[in-house]
Amino acid sequence: MLNPVNWAKKIGHATVDRIWRLGFAARFFFAILIYSGTSFRRLHLTIREIFFSGVLSLLIILVSGLFVGLVLGLQGYETLQRYGSTEALGTLVALSLTRELGPVLAALLFASRAGSSVTAEIGLMKATEQIKAMDMMAVNPIARVVAPRFWGGVIAMPFLAAMFSAMGIFGGWLIGVVFIGVDDGAFWSQMQASVDFRYDIWNGVIKSFVFGVAVSLIAVFEGYDSAPTAEGVSRAITRTVVTSALTILALDFVLTSFMFRGTS
Amino acid sequence: MFDDVLVDIRDLHFKFDERPVLEGINMKIPRGKVVAIMGGSGCGKTTLLRCIGGQLRPTAGSVRLEHHQVCKMSHDELYRLRRKMGMLFQFGALFTDMSVFDNVAFPIREHTDMSEAMIRDLVLMKLEAVGLRGASALMPGELSGGMARRVALARAVALDPMLVMYDEPFTGLDPIALGVIGQLIRKLNDALGATSIMVTHDIQESLLIVDYIYFVSQGKIVAEGTPDEIRASNDPFVHQFVHAAPDGPVHFDYPAPSVQQDFMREAARA
Repeated sequence: MLNPVNWAKKIGHATVDRIWRLGFAARFFFAILIYSGTSFRRLHLTIREIFFSGVLSLLIILVSGLFVGLVLGLQGYETLQRYGSTEALGTLVALSLTRELGPVLAALLFASRAGSSVTAEIGLMKATEQIKAMDMMAVNPIARVVAPRFWGGVIAMPFLAAMFSAMGIFGGWLIGVVFIGVDDGAFWSQMQASVDFRYDIWNGVIKSFVFGVAVSLIAVFEGYDSAPTAEGVSRAITRTVVTSALTILALDFVLTSFMFRGTS
Repeated sequence: MFDDVLVDIRDLHFKFDERPVLEGINMKIPRGKVVAIMGGSGCGKTTLLRCIGGQLRPTAGSVRLEHHQVCKMSHDELYRLRRKMGMLFQFGALFTDMSVFDNVAFPIREHTDMSEAMIRDLVLMKLEAVGLRGASALMPGELSGGMARRVALARAVALDPMLVMYDEPFTGLDPIALGVIGQLIRKLNDALGATSIMVTHDIQESLLIVDYIYFVSQGKIVAEGTPDEIRASNDPFVHQFVHAAPDGPVHFDYPAPSVQQDFMREAARA
């Protein structure tokens, strides 16, 4: 039979655990910032992580960007055709991508491709005592392992989002101009006239930077905090993908409400 | 008892949550010697080693290493002290994304400003000492268990530490690799003028290479002595351990109610 006291206890324990973990994550974030000196003094460590997180994610980012652009071109053309304004296709594709889809979808893909891999790597290093060995060698694992991976992700994310958007615009152009026959000049000139650097592109860059910080922090934290077993690492990877996706979507709403309020 | 003590442990207690793991350990590790800490699985040997290395803070008691009180040191002070320590983990804990060469070079690159040419010479010397100079380009995944342990040993002594700690160095090794690792531990200790603490439950190999042995059971030291004293000991715990007897002071069976009681309970439930 359900015992209300036991349930209240369970809920209380779970709440305290969550808050404690959140506090631990905040302390972990500050520790990364404090020990980030190594990542910049020994830049090759960070560049290596930019390669693993960024360059190796390029394929999935570019292919996904292309398909999203193709779909946007098709859907956009169909809707705009009803109002006789198919020349605005370039504007629609570019604004959708630079403001929203580029940063958000690139971050979601980044979390699945690079975030999960960072969590698995750090989790397995912990499970095989590599982190402990480093600590015993008087080498701070947060400075040597965590911070370069964190900054690698933060730096790579805006570039990946930009490439996603660029590829998406190319996809929109391909379907709209090359296959459907929208006027090439109108496609690009309307886009140029409507896309504002400050409000559209720069805000998109800020979004992707914030998503980069969030996903990278979640990935390194979940790896470092994982139970040192096969099951623990597997759970940590799942948590990275799920938490990152929810965080990206929630942050997107918050950032959008601040950035685009009152603008046309 | 010992003239020159490097590690002095006094009345050391450690609790994991509320469960006591170490209960009043007193131990002296003489400088320049190889000392084994032995006992069954889960008796607190590795916890003791971690307290000596400063990875765990004891609940009570003290660990003195040279003139340092390990338990009271700050993070930075501990890191300075650990530069003079080496540790071999149970399964080597080699960095899997680095080659054998880079693994051994890791502590040297992290803590010194040596040129790459000097690092190369030093690393090859360390690898030569463990017989793996020819394997310097291999990755950890390409090594056997024994080879990985030897590489980890070369990495542990890369900075010529004053204290080397070994956590179960013989686990999972075939008899040949086990003998090789045992001899290497002894030879490297003597060649470097270091002090070694070895946590193990391999009694036969340990009796051949160590200078002194402590037996730990249920968080306490239950016997100690030189290999000859241990061989001649009539202590029931030591006797059981040396002769691998299934029963004695250490029980084979996990504590449980009698079989009859258990079956009766099952029958009552049915």
